Amino acid sequence: MALEKEEAKVVIVDNLTKKLKTKSKFYLKDFYAFFPGEKPRAVKNIVNALVKDEVLEYWSSGSTTMIGLKGMGKQANAEGEGEE
Amino acid sequence: MAKHNTPLLDELESGPWPSFVSDIKQEADVRAKNEKGIDFQIPSEACDDLLGLLELSYKDGTTHWKHGGIVGVFGYGGGIIGRYSDKPKEFPAVAAFHTIRVSQPGAKYYTTEFLRQLMDLWQLRGSGLTNMHGSTGDIVLLGTTTPQLEEIFYTLTHDMDQDLGGSGSNLRTPADCIGQSRCEYACYDTQEICYFLTMMYQDELHRPAFPYKFKFKFDGCPNCCVASIARSDLSFIGTWRDQIGIDQAEVAKYIDGTNPANAGAHKGRDWGAFDLDAEVLNLCPTECMKYEDGKLTINDKECTRCMHCINVMPKALKIGKQRGVSLLAGAKAPIVDGAQMGSLIVPFLEIDQTMNKQLADFESEEEWMEYLEEKYAGVVEVIESIWDYWMEEGKNRERLGELMIRQGLQKLLEKIGMEPQAVHVDHPRTNPYIFWKEDEVPGGWDRDINEYRKHHAR
Ligand code: HEM
Ligand code: HEM
Ligand code: SF4
Ligand code: SF4
Repeated sequence: MALEKEEAKVVIVDNLTKKLKTKSKFYLKDFYAFFPGEKPRAVKNIVNALVKDEVLEYWSSGSTTMIGLKGMGKQANAEGEGEE
Repeated sequence: MAKHNTPLLDELESGPWPSFVSDIKQEADVRAKNEKGIDFQIPSEACDDLLGLLELSYKDGTTHWKHGGIVGVFGYGGGIIGRYSDKPKEFPAVAAFHTIRVSQPGAKYYTTEFLRQLMDLWQLRGSGLTNMHGSTGDIVLLGTTTPQLEEIFYTLTHDMDQDLGGSGSNLRTPADCIGQSRCEYACYDTQEICYFLTMMYQDELHRPAFPYKFKFKFDGCPNCCVASIARSDLSFIGTWRDQIGIDQAEVAKYIDGTNPANAGAHKGRDWGAFDLDAEVLNLCPTECMKYEDGKLTINDKECTRCMHCINVMPKALKIGKQRGVSLLAGAKAPIVDGAQMGSLIVPFLEIDQTMNKQLADFESEEEWMEYLEEKYAGVVEVIESIWDYWMEEGKNRERLGELMIRQGLQKLLEKIGMEPQAVHVDHPRTNPYIFWKEDEVPGGWDRDINEYRKHHAR
């Protein structure tokens, strides 16, 4: 079963929104759990495509990457850099 | 005049080694004088404030950097590491001080023109401070602000033909030794495969795909100049399957002193006359060399390809002719479970020595890539089956080497379709139980319950 992007987007946004109260950033692996039985690579591709569409965004420590809904959690402007 | 007093940092300059503190002071000075009239795009006092902040960290005994951030260039999930100070008011010029990883050229061959271009860009749009190179191999540009990122990325990719490297849970910038470009020990073309896999896995390099970081490194021979065995999740080490070539006449010249041992590498001191027994035969780790009646022989079946004898007598001994790579998996730094060297998973994957067409032999880069895909099909298969396994089973932030400890080497071998063999065995078994798999047991696990009940009451 191929994973359809628009359907997957609804599932992802739903799941992340539900969890927003407790956290804003997720590991890639957490997304696999939203799609049981789906190949990790297929899920990864959707997640990366949604970052490109600016639905999601990456957060990186340098060694680990986490992913969240765009604009949620601490942003560059909150660090005092000011959005250009 | 220095902006901040840094008595503790000054101490670091007093030792015998060059100090990074002196380097930062030098760049602070260059920026203060600005003799080139650069239109600095980040605060000109960045280096001064960096020194001030670091001095404070020494005083307080704690870091004043926060870790991580949502910074990057569009479409990329790696290459930029966000860094913010937790003392932005006191040290405003380093309030944001992001690190950029830039892919190093293959085997780190530079032109001075490239280095000048890089510094022009970085003094204009960053702190001017670099780390050449990070432990993954990248050019590391230390310290810039968010608005500069896209500008820097544009110049790198459009004017310098250079890409960002990997960071985060990505494939990290692959690194290679100089290989066949200069080294007669190279058993395969390290730069070709490094370039090929870098291009093949652009997506994995730039867009987070994995539970954690993943590194490839390519050493042309077991001398391991890029230390792939210690520093990469998947390490490629050149090797050969047939015999070490021996030129007896050249061996004799080492013995009589005409040929300098180690190609003269250690000749700065008088070590006395060359002693074949002490310097070569007795140091062979597998004791597989003999010198009798003026003739050197090697029992190649026992040779582990340690390179020692070849390094000492390069004119007399040559790497074999049937060449390829050994693949080792799971090396990593100490953070979880301690540091680990790679474990041998594929003892020998032959690389076809006759497939040596270059880019110039093809109409387009695409055609060359297709040719390389065929040439390295065996390697690609191993890589992708390892990734599938790790993406499926690896926990968040679990390196391949940690997964291998948790589930056992056997599991990895199964996933890459490799029959276990003696070279995979590290030590005698410590677990006395044998766990059969269903397909190893005649009849499998299934039983007919009615058949069973005929003989066994409930
Ligand atoms: C208590 C303080 C810190 C701790 C515990 C810490 C911990 C770590 C750890 C565990 C990693 C991953 C290393 C790896 O697996 O390769 C890392 C990477 C990194 N850290 Fe920190 N860190 C600290 C402070 C800093 C500071 C102050 C900076 C910069 C100003 C910094 C910059 C980086 C960078 C750039 C990387 C990626 C390095 C690379 O992979 O080459 N860290 N840090
Ligand atoms: C093929 C059949 C059987 C197998 C593979 C088997 C296997 C085992 C194993 C692995 C243990 C643990 C030993 C240890 O760790 O110390 C054990 C313990 C035990 N088994 Fe069996 N067993 C079998 C049949 C039976 C039968 C038929 C009985 C009784 C009618 C039985 C009674 C016990 C008892 C009482 C213990 C505990 C012994 C102790 O702790 O001192 N077993 N068995
Ligand atoms: S690893 Fe081997 S082939 Fe590569 S540069 Fe070092 S000695 Fe030469
Ligand atoms: S390469 Fe190493 S193991 Fe092989 S013969 Fe030479 S010294 Fe011995």
